[in-house]
Amino acid sequence: MERTVLVVNTSNMPVAAREASIYTGITIAEYYRDMGYRVALMADSISRWAEALREISSRLEEMPGEEGYPTYLATRLAGFYERGGRVVCLGEGEREGTVTIVSAVSPPGGDFSEPVTQSSQRIAGVLWALDPDLAHRRHFPAVDWKKSYSLYVGAVDDWFKKHVAPDWPDLRHEMMGLLQREEELREIVQLVGIESLQDQERIVLTVSGMLREDFLRQSVFSENDASCPPEKAYFMLKAILSFHSLCKDLLGKGVPVEKVLALPFREELGRMKEFPAEGFREAAGALIARIEKEGRESP
Amino acid sequence: MHSVAGPLLFVEGVRRVSMGEMVEVLLPEGTARRGQVIEFSDRHTVIQILEESTGIGVRSTRVRFTGSPPRIPLSPDILGRRFNGAGDPVDGLPAVLPETWESIMGTPINPVARDKPSHFIRTGISAIDGLNTLVRGQKLPIFSGAGLPAREIAGQILRHAGAGGGEPEGSSPGGKFAVVFAALGITYREAASFLEEFEQGGAREHTVVYLNLADDPTIERLLTPRFALTAAEYLAFTLGYDVLVLLTDMTSYCDALREVATAREEIPGRRSYPGYMYTDLATIYERAGRIKGRPGSVTQLPILTMPDDDITHPIPDLTGYITEGQIVLSRELHRKGIYPPIDVLPSLSRLMNLGIGSGKTREDHRGLADQLYACYAQGRDLRRLEAIVGEEGLLESDRRLRRFADAFEREFVGQGPGGRSMEETLEAGWKLLSLLPKDQLTRIRVDHVLKHYKE
Repeated sequence: MERTVLVVNTSNMPVAAREASIYTGITIAEYYRDMGYRVALMADSISRWAEALREISSRLEEMPGEEGYPTYLATRLAGFYERGGRVVCLGEGEREGTVTIVSAVSPPGGDFSEPVTQSSQRIAGVLWALDPDLAHRRHFPAVDWKKSYSLYVGAVDDWFKKHVAPDWPDLRHEMMGLLQREEELREIVQLVGIESLQDQERIVLTVSGMLREDFLRQSVFSENDASCPPEKAYFMLKAILSFHSLCKDLLGKGVPVEKVLALPFREELGRMKEFPAEGFREAAGALIARIEKEGRESP
Repeated sequence: MHSVAGPLLFVEGVRRVSMGEMVEVLLPEGTARRGQVIEFSDRHTVIQILEESTGIGVRSTRVRFTGSPPRIPLSPDILGRRFNGAGDPVDGLPAVLPETWESIMGTPINPVARDKPSHFIRTGISAIDGLNTLVRGQKLPIFSGAGLPAREIAGQILRHAGAGGGEPEGSSPGGKFAVVFAALGITYREAASFLEEFEQGGAREHTVVYLNLADDPTIERLLTPRFALTAAEYLAFTLGYDVLVLLTDMTSYCDALREVATAREEIPGRRSYPGYMYTDLATIYERAGRIKGRPGSVTQLPILTMPDDDITHPIPDLTGYITEGQIVLSRELHRKGIYPPIDVLPSLSRLMNLGIGSGKTREDHRGLADQLYACYAQGRDLRRLEAIVGEEGLLESDRRLRRFADAFEREFVGQGPGGRSMEETLEAGWKLLSLLPKDQLTRIRVDHVLKHYKE
């Protein structure tokens, strides 16, 4: 809290102040940025700000654009978002400061084609799309991995390779592939039932289910699972994916799929998130070694 | 007087008027109607009549400015009284002898002065207590549809919340309990059944009622919830009551807002509701909560009807953005004969975590709720799948989840009109989870599973 500045305009406070509040916020952020701080600005919510803009605009009797928002909405939004970034500060002493903007957009009725969402998406480099369906089944954080994207993946790959593990980008790629494949398979299952799938495909469904439940879903109430540092994430992912290759191996050797799916590792992998981050490397390493050993020793 | 257009009067040459000022419109036959200043320039003043404008003539009518915004007389004696939508008594008793006069527009609570809610309110309904716990100071709307039993559910909540006296769990120390009820454009029949509910529950003497029924003036409806909330704030923060405010039906309120906006020739927004509807609703919903250093609390339970059961309609949509969650009723469950027909998947209480856990309800509450949610969502998906591939097409583990979903709706949600204690709710949850194998319960901490799981 000592490192936080709050600018508050609750929804029953004056509208004009709401329109101004994001500028107050970003100006404070820039002030610290110029001192060489790395500042994160959370704006919640840009949609409410846009509505304030709309309300003022209609009181000024301006010509309304799409959904009643003024036609300069996109320009104003761009003017705000573009104030984020990394700068080399002028003046005495070499300093480098950044402002990172994380803004919440609340599209009415969940409709992503509305102007505020669209204008924000055009400018922002990363989208975390929250999905009501995931939230309904209490899968938190409810980030929809299909709709979300980051334009900076390539830019941060090197950091991950250097600081976490050289094969991080590959694992990420493999996971995204599995989740995408699951999506297609689920459509088939909806039509013809799970029994009609190939054995490999059933494995894909199982493993991607584990990725969703045991890796992507986190519980904020669990002491160890609430926050997951990159190294822990890497080993969790690594363990689940090595389980996947074990399953594929066994199938290749002619082990029936029921037996593969009954392997005891699944529950262990599911409880993995509860381990503390400290010493996680060793615990996960041991588990991965056991998984690999099982693969070697099987007939 | 210059001209009359719908509910608007245009008056010329008035000096020193103020925005929101109340006026009296005196008709030639000696009766008076109320109005409010909504706009003025140096030449014209626009007055909105709160009642019918029929019979108002340009030459024959006189206007008297009162010089103050709408205010409400308050005293502890308002408990047990009934008022109309404009704050005048309709129960045949004399006017309230005021201890204080308050402006009904209220003032926003300083966010820093707000206190975190931390006591849960027992409603006796498992789908709420167990999965979407209501806490004191929360605003939790009920999203209903035409013909769904929102009234019965609200009544049930009032009955149990009101029984707080002998109830150690959840009730704040020395808690005094009061209900403020605002009827917004509901029919006489609906209002009567609410009032009957108060009588039967013995809640009459700690209830304040504001009635603006379907045939009462529409514009007055914009003021009614503000009268009710001002009274509620007085009871809570001056007198220290824990107040439950019931506003029904917010859909009529929004329609009244639209009617007025159209009359004022404003630019319409989505579904021709005004663009500032979000702000306007916020000035109602935000008047809930607790204040640091003061006893009482204001908890809001607005009821709204989703037109055509459409949750993306502007009214439920904007409401959901302001309030701290929602309880959604489902026509499908209602048709199946399940009471209360609460669809738990889209329902949510954002403040639940503040009111539950060890010391408040029980340490396994959070995990149990998450697990029930997850399994029910899976089971519901499988139901769709089963319709296509048949029961034989499902794996044994899927069949179990499928059976769980049915049992969950029947036994956990569909508890009937009786109430359950928190303990009974949690036990009902564990009983259902015993339909599933122990190692599938990955959302609950292992030690809690070992302690509560029934073989």
